[in-house]
Amino acid sequence: MSPLKIEQGASSHSVYPLRDPNSDVVEKHTLAVLVENEPGVLARVIGLFSGRGYNIESLTVAEVDHKGHLSRITIVTTGTPQVIEQIKAQLGRIVPVHKVNDLTVEGPFVERELALFRVAGTGEKRVEALRLADIFRANVVDSTLESFVFQLTGAPEKIDAFADLMRPLGLNEVARTGVAALSRGS
Amino acid sequence: MTRQMTGAKMVVQALKDQGVDVVFGYPGGAVLPIYDEIFQQNGIRHVLVRHEQGAVHAAEGYARSTGKPGVVLVTSGPGATNAVTGITDALLDSIPLVVLTGQVATFLIGTDGFQEADTVGITRPCTKHNWLVKDPDRLADTIHQAFHVATSGRPGPVLIDIPKDVQFAEGEYIEPQKAKTSHYQPRVKASIEEVTELVSLIERAERPVFYTGGGVINSGPAASQLLRELVDATGFPVTSTLMGLGAYPASGDAWLGMLGMHGLYEANMAMHGCDLMINLGARFDDRITGKVEAFSPGSRKVHVDIDASSINKVVRVDLPIVGDIAHVLEDVLTVWKSRGRKTQGPALKEWWQKIDEWRGVKCLTYKGSDKVIKPQYALERLEALTKGRDRYITTEVGQHQMWAAQFLAFEDPNRWMTSGGLGTMGYGFPASIGVQMAHPDSLVVNVAGEASWLMNMQEMGTAVQFKLPVKQFILNNERLGMVRQWQELLHGERYSHSWSEALPDFVKLAEAFGAKGIYCDDPAKLDDAIMEMIEHDGPVIFDCLVEKHENCFPMIPSGKAHNEMLLSAEAEAFVGGGALV
Repeated sequence: MSPLKIEQGASSHSVYPLRDPNSDVVEKHTLAVLVENEPGVLARVIGLFSGRGYNIESLTVAEVDHKGHLSRITIVTTGTPQVIEQIKAQLGRIVPVHKVNDLTVEGPFVERELALFRVAGTGEKRVEALRLADIFRANVVDSTLESFVFQLTGAPEKIDAFADLMRPLGLNEVARTGVAALSRGS
Repeated sequence: MTRQMTGAKMVVQALKDQGVDVVFGYPGGAVLPIYDEIFQQNGIRHVLVRHEQGAVHAAEGYARSTGKPGVVLVTSGPGATNAVTGITDALLDSIPLVVLTGQVATFLIGTDGFQEADTVGITRPCTKHNWLVKDPDRLADTIHQAFHVATSGRPGPVLIDIPKDVQFAEGEYIEPQKAKTSHYQPRVKASIEEVTELVSLIERAERPVFYTGGGVINSGPAASQLLRELVDATGFPVTSTLMGLGAYPASGDAWLGMLGMHGLYEANMAMHGCDLMINLGARFDDRITGKVEAFSPGSRKVHVDIDASSINKVVRVDLPIVGDIAHVLEDVLTVWKSRGRKTQGPALKEWWQKIDEWRGVKCLTYKGSDKVIKPQYALERLEALTKGRDRYITTEVGQHQMWAAQFLAFEDPNRWMTSGGLGTMGYGFPASIGVQMAHPDSLVVNVAGEASWLMNMQEMGTAVQFKLPVKQFILNNERLGMVRQWQELLHGERYSHSWSEALPDFVKLAEAFGAKGIYCDDPAKLDDAIMEMIEHDGPVIFDCLVEKHENCFPMIPSGKAHNEMLLSAEAEAFVGGGALV
C-alpha cells in the first residue's frame, strides 16, 4: 500500500488528527516486529494471528542483526482500529518480541516487494511481454526460446499491475517475497 | 569459578537457587536423571501426584495461596500432554508456574520416538513462554529466565522441555544473579498524567464503583492493603470478580459482593447504574459483562491492568492505564490526598441509598428446608463453623463454585483458589493438595460437586500418602448441577446426559484409600458432621447429599444485560415480583 493512498482517517497522514477508535472501517496496516531470533518465534507470531482470528495479508521474516540475534517480521494486516490496537498489544506481550512498530500510523514509509514471473509465449506476445517488462523496469533473469523469468521490485500495487498485464501474455507462475517496509527519514 | 555439573543436577540446583521448596510431579523415562538427583538431596520436597493434570493444579493451588511460582516436573509425551489442561488453566487465571518436561534425546527428536510429543509446539499457545533446551550450557540460564518470565508482569505458566541427553550431559552452571538479564521488563508504573486524570475522575464521581479482579491478588499483599485504604477513604462501593475475592474484605462496609453472571443483585445493578467504573486488574470477561452493548451504558470507564492487551479488548474504556495495581494505587492515593481528599459527598450518599435499596432485594434468599440439605444452607453452615479459622478454600467448577463465591466470606487475599477463566472441572481437589503443602497447619477445604470431584479423584492417593488433611466437602446433587440448570432454563427441561446413575459410595471410597468418609443428608445433623470433618486429623471425603434441583440465582442469562438478572422466587418476593429496575 502506498503511503499516499491511505484512506482518510486511517493514519496520521489523515487530515483528521485522530482516528475514530470506534470506527468499523477496516484498515490495512503494516507492522514491523523486531523479535529475538530463536526457534519457534515465527510460530508464536503466526499462532497468535490464527488463534485470535486476525488476518495476515503478507508476512516476511529474516534476521537483520546477526550479532544481536534479532529478526524483523513485517506483517501486513487488516482490521478495525480496535482490532489493530489489539494485534499490536498482543504482539507486544510475546516474550521474545522486542518492539512493535505500526508503520502505517507512525509516519511516511516505504514498502517494497520482490517478485519473479515466468511468462511463456512466442511471437508477438513474447515481444510485448519484454516491452512491458522494460516499462516496469523488470529484469530478465532467465530466458529460453519459449519463456522469460522476470524479476520485479516495487510496491505491492506495482507487482499486482505487472501480474495483470502479464496474464494474457502467458504468465504461468509467480513467486512473491511479501512486503518489506521501513519508515522514511532518519 | 565455573561449576560443571550434569543437566539433571543443574535443574535441581537452579530450583534451589530460585527458592523452590516443593515440586509436584510424576516420573517417567525421559525425566529419570532429574528424579535421580531429587532422590539424592533433601532441600526440595517432591509430591508424587497420581496424574499429571493433578500436578499442575496442585502447583496452581500452591502458587495462588503463597504468591510464589508453582513448580511441576513431568515426563515427555503423555506426561506433557496430560499437563496441558492445567497449564491452560494457569494461563487463563494468570497463575505463575514453571513446568519442567522431559523430552526424548535430541538425536531422537522428530523421529516419532517412544513417548515423544512436540511439547513446545503443543504448549506454545497455552504458556506465557516456553523453551526447548538443546545445549546443557544454556539450561541453568533458561531456568532462571523462566522464573523471571513466569513472575514478571502479568504472571503465567512457562514450560521448559529438557531432552534426556541434555540431562545427562555436563555443562556450566550459572547462578541466578549471573543469568542473562531478560529484555522482558513489563512496565509497572503509570504516568503521572494518567494517575492525575484518574484522581480527578474520583473527585467528580457521583455514582462510582470499584470493579476489582485477580490482578489485585497477583500484584501482591500491598495491592490489597492499598485497595482497602482507598476504598475506605473514598467511601466508594467495591465489587469483585470471582478471581478477586478477598482483596477487599467481605466484612467491609463498602463490599457489594461478587458481580457477574451469578453475582449479587446490588453489585450488578451498581455496575449498570454507575457513572464511574474503576476496573482494577479485571478483564471484562464475558461472564462479567453479559451483553457488551448494554454493559454499564452511562459510565466513564477506567481500566488499570499490567497487560496492555487486556485493555480495550472487549470493552472500550475512557482512561486506559497500563501498570501494576499496587504501584498505581499508591500513586493515586498520594495524589488524591495531596489534592485534598475530595469526593462528591452528598451525591455519594444518594448513591449508597440506592445501593441499600438494591441490597434490600436480598438476592441470595432461598427456600429453606428441614428435610433436605439445601446447598446454600450447607455453605452457610460451613462458613459459620469455619469463620475466623486459618482457612483456605478451593473449589471445583459449577453451581457449588458459584454458591461458594456467594456464601463464603473472604477477608484476605490468597485464601480462595478457583478455576475462573478456563472453568476446569477437577481443579479443586488437586489445588487443595497444593495449598495444604504450602500451609500444612491450616484448614484447607475443597468445596466440590460430585461430578467435578470424580474427575481427579485419583489424587486421594496423594493426599493419603503425604498425610495432607484436605477436606473434600462434596455437595452431592447426583447431577451436573449447572448443566442441569441451563437445560431447565434454556433447553426446555430436556436433561440430556446431566446426571450419573452410577455414583460411588463416597464413604467407602474414602475408606478404600485409607481416609475418612462422612455422609450427611439431614440438615439437623449437618453441623455435627461438619465439625467432625474439621476436627479429623487427616483427609476427609464429606458426602453431603443436597437438594437435587436447586438453581443458582441471581443469574444473568448469556446475552442479557446486568439489569436483566433472573432472581429466585424468594428474592422476587422482596421486589414484589414486579419490575426490577
